[in-house]
Amino acid sequence: MQTLKLSNKELQAQAQRFRIDVLKTLHDKGTGHWGGSASIADLLTYLYYRRMNIRVDEPQWEDRDRLILSKGHASPMLYAVLEGRGFLEKGTLSSFRDLNSSLQGHPCMNKTPGVEMSTGALGHGLSVGLGMSLISRMKGNSFYTYVIVGEGCLNEGQSWEAIMAAGKFAPEKLVLLIDYNKVQLDGTANEIMPLDPLADKFRAFNWNVSDRTFDGHDMESIEESFRWLDEQTDGPSVIIYDTVKGKGVSFMENSNAWHGAPVGDDHFEKALPELTEQLAKWEDD
Amino acid sequence: MEKAMRDAFGEALVSIGKENDRLVVLDADVSSSTRSGKFGQAFPERFFNTGVAEANMADMAAGMATCGYRPVISAFAIFLALKSTDQIRNVICYNNLPVIIAGGYAGLSDSFDGASHQSITDLAIMRSFPNLTVLVLSEADDVEPVLRQALEIDGPVYIRMCRNSSPVLNKKEPLTIGKAQVLRSGSHITIGACGITVPMALAAAEELEGEGVEAEVLDLGSIKPLDRETLLESVSKTGCFLSVEEHSVLGGLGSAVAEVLVKSRPVPMDFVGVDDCFTESGPYDPLMEKYGIDSKSISRKALGLTARK
Repeated sequence: MQTLKLSNKELQAQAQRFRIDVLKTLHDKGTGHWGGSASIADLLTYLYYRRMNIRVDEPQWEDRDRLILSKGHASPMLYAVLEGRGFLEKGTLSSFRDLNSSLQGHPCMNKTPGVEMSTGALGHGLSVGLGMSLISRMKGNSFYTYVIVGEGCLNEGQSWEAIMAAGKFAPEKLVLLIDYNKVQLDGTANEIMPLDPLADKFRAFNWNVSDRTFDGHDMESIEESFRWLDEQTDGPSVIIYDTVKGKGVSFMENSNAWHGAPVGDDHFEKALPELTEQLAKWEDD
Repeated sequence: MEKAMRDAFGEALVSIGKENDRLVVLDADVSSSTRSGKFGQAFPERFFNTGVAEANMADMAAGMATCGYRPVISAFAIFLALKSTDQIRNVICYNNLPVIIAGGYAGLSDSFDGASHQSITDLAIMRSFPNLTVLVLSEADDVEPVLRQALEIDGPVYIRMCRNSSPVLNKKEPLTIGKAQVLRSGSHITIGACGITVPMALAAAEELEGEGVEAEVLDLGSIKPLDRETLLESVSKTGCFLSVEEHSVLGGLGSAVAEVLVKSRPVPMDFVGVDDCFTESGPYDPLMEKYGIDSKSISRKALGLTARK
């Protein structure tokens, strides 16, 4: 395993740098999804820098842990983290959504090293992850499969087919990570399709569910969530992270308007100093 | 002599499963009907009954395929083509994953269950997906050789099978991916058929002989890739083409052939198949006759077509 010796504070700063990279990219390109990208920056950074058993110089290593970004519209953040971690050459992110780029609008496993599954149409990720994790068990519990979903994925009926099937087949290294920011494209989750009581739904489907939700923007809390995960011995596990859509830019936070709207010059000029100021705090502490 | 493709399918899975420990089979609660359950009995650790959830099943198989395993997903053709369309397109085909999609009970062969269970649009859907090989088996003896060929392909394959027993054709060769087989030579008309309609086309050719018409009969079960060379060679000789399929006339074999001929060698064409309507319940043979999929209808249309040349 190629781990990096970064402290939680350093990880926090790194995640913030990724937010800045993504905001700049979305502004330059005039396209892409900010809200759902910002809300998973910390979790993705933790996974790729601390948790996952991966080989950057051998992306297809057979025993690598898998991560499926089922909420594929958050692709810019995945690309930023893959670039930061070395799967992509420096500067690749700037080609996001360009013609002939390796970085498609939504993740494509055959074009981008480190992307495990092409996603974009919501609701597929957990089913694919279930298939991967069953092979993991067949091969002797060799790798973990992590699937990141948002509310939109959980609106799709297929997700619940997969949740039901995972309860039946019970692969112990399947981990569902819920980016629970409670806002989707058309409005709040409560307005569009309420999911609460979310944890209870998973308990009813025979999943391992922690007694608490975790703060998806705090590395200590994310670290605790994985300590909880490591105590689970059989069956699929779900971790629910309280997150903020558009995290880091005050006027974009918790707003469905910033699910996928282009970031124009005016908004960018107001947003960038906010993100930079927060980064300075992590770097200076 | 007759044999059902589904029986051959179950036996072939077991036979191949003995040699290939990376073969995994998934079924959506119809494994006793499709006969994939035979594999489940022989290799329970490699068989996954996902319940009535075709979409989840298709994507589970995709995940397994990314890990180097060779999944076969089995269910009724209509439910694979329509309930897991998004999964087959966006995950299996987009990523070019080697998943075999085995659609049983295709065409009108689930005859008594009616339109909800009869698959007359699956070819139109599957044919339009990039990377997907689309095959229609004409007899039980095709099943194992075709499964073995499909497992050699590094991409997805759709295999369409009939429910009922069908005649053993004693073809020279089993269906071969990318190849049409000339089952009978003739110079007046080319009749291209696939699946259960192949023996009907052969019977029609016999009838036509009595009318002085020599029909060339092709098994065009490799819908995609289609054997353009054999097709063009045949129509160059005969000057007209009649497609025969247990599918809507919109988007299936006839459409695939028309796409080739209109560009390379336009000739008079006609189509035998379900004429853009929903079908109904009933015994299989009379049901097929009602929708004009029988040897007499083939002969009639063939005579009409030769008169247009």
